[in-house]
Amino acid sequence: MTGCSAVADGCLSVAGHCMGRLGLSTDAIARLMPMHLHLSRNGHITAHGPTLTKIASGTPLIGNNFFDLFAVRRPAGVAAMADLIAHQGARLHLGLRAGGAEFRGLAMPDLSGGIMLNLSFGIGVVDAVRAHALTDADFAATDLTVELLYLVEAKRAVLGELQRLNLRLQGAKSHAEELALTDTLTGLRNRRALDVALMQAAAARAPFALMHLDLDRFKSVNDTLGHAAGDHVLRVVAKVLSDETRTGDLVARVGGDEFVILLPGMTDVASLTGVAERIIAGLAQPIIFESRACQIGASVGLTVSTLYPNPEAEVMLHDADIALYAAKGAGRGRVVTFSAHMPQV
Amino acid sequence: MHGLINRALENFLKQRHGLVLWKRVVERAQLPFDSFEPLLTYDPAFTDRVIAVACDELNQSHETLLEDMGTALVSHRDRDGLRRLLRFGGISFRDFLHSLEELPDRARLALPDLYLPELRLEERAAGQFALMAAPPFEGAGFILMGLLRAMADDYGALVLLDITPTVSDVDVISIYLLDESHAEGRRFALSAGAP
Repeated sequence: MTGCSAVADGCLSVAGHCMGRLGLSTDAIARLMPMHLHLSRNGHITAHGPTLTKIASGTPLIGNNFFDLFAVRRPAGVAAMADLIAHQGARLHLGLRAGGAEFRGLAMPDLSGGIMLNLSFGIGVVDAVRAHALTDADFAATDLTVELLYLVEAKRAVLGELQRLNLRLQGAKSHAEELALTDTLTGLRNRRALDVALMQAAAARAPFALMHLDLDRFKSVNDTLGHAAGDHVLRVVAKVLSDETRTGDLVARVGGDEFVILLPGMTDVASLTGVAERIIAGLAQPIIFESRACQIGASVGLTVSTLYPNPEAEVMLHDADIALYAAKGAGRGRVVTFSAHMPQV
Repeated sequence: MHGLINRALENFLKQRHGLVLWKRVVERAQLPFDSFEPLLTYDPAFTDRVIAVACDELNQSHETLLEDMGTALVSHRDRDGLRRLLRFGGISFRDFLHSLEELPDRARLALPDLYLPELRLEERAAGQFALMAAPPFEGAGFILMGLLRAMADDYGALVLLDITPTVSDVDVISIYLLDESHAEGRRFALSAGAP
């Protein structure tokens, strides 16, 4: 069955050309597997690849017991030659007891009762190459480690570019947001859009009305039912405001729960009051969020351009605010039209 | 054309010839933006226009400008990413030359949408090579020649390079490797930042 000469313990090179046996010089084996270890029957290191010399950095390997220098971390309980033989062909995880390197290993018994154990770095390869200053010559020509390092570096470069691209896109996005005219939560116009439209309306000297609306008890919805409920309420409010105004009116959300409505061509206080009262009534209806009722309300301050000899945007906004303050002071849920006799806020 | 190549051209023009020149190029080449994004893809016509306008502004031939750019790609001391990636190709300049045929595949490993022209290396006599490449745009062979010149320096090799005019869409670069270890070359550690 064998027909081969026995190989003495501690001798790696195998003479002869028996069936199924390769005659390889230690140098050839070192080139094929620059990170191999050969262990004798009793676990002593009899030969190893040149790359391991670098990694051991001065610690002599030959003649020492493998288990004194290396610890097999997985599978557990590999502490003797018999255990290594029992796990032949399986992936081993091991490291130098002195620290400095972790390996993957593959152990196969040889004909002398010893073991050929080939190592690689596994996932820690980048750090290992750096720590031990390894070069292309430290790996077998068939080894893909250098390609792996190339990929790591190429990936880092591409990620760097992606990061810079993201920063530029982020910058472009904030810039676009600054120029935006829409409130993203409600779809209403925003403060910027209102300022532009109000300026134009005042400059055109055409009559118009301004309503400043503030939600009552909105904060308690936010505090008790959370921001999702608050956001839902704001969207419903936006719908009520849009439904109760004309297509040409501008409805803007100018703060957390503050809205301004610009109504071109309308100066009749009685009909404006009617519009505001319909809005207030609409917002007095409970709003259902996840089967819970949110009860809010609204107060409105109103002013019209015909009250002013020279209507100015800022002045009218301020006066609508004074009227709103008066509405709140008078018990909320009502609309008040600005008059010059009102106390300043 | 891949943005990376356009961006390399842009960076070269900015660094070598200044921002003012780049702005003039953007204007005269009628680019609808002021900078190429390295990870996007562009109409090849942009690349041709940028090169043509830059040559005109600098009063340089295509050949000179593009060869300069090829050299700058790897010899720029502050940005040695590409140099390092190329050095992974081999431990000597000869090794590196042989790795060039793999270059398009290597590039695609990093960026799957980056298509570099197919490269073929023939060793015609001892130390005498011919590198054949189908240029993706007119004059691209000169970029390759500049790059080879800089890589030879990097490895410390002494070479003579020559390029024949494009024949049936193929550039042929002749490489005479006179001395593989003429100078010390630049250091290269497999792991960036190795001791």
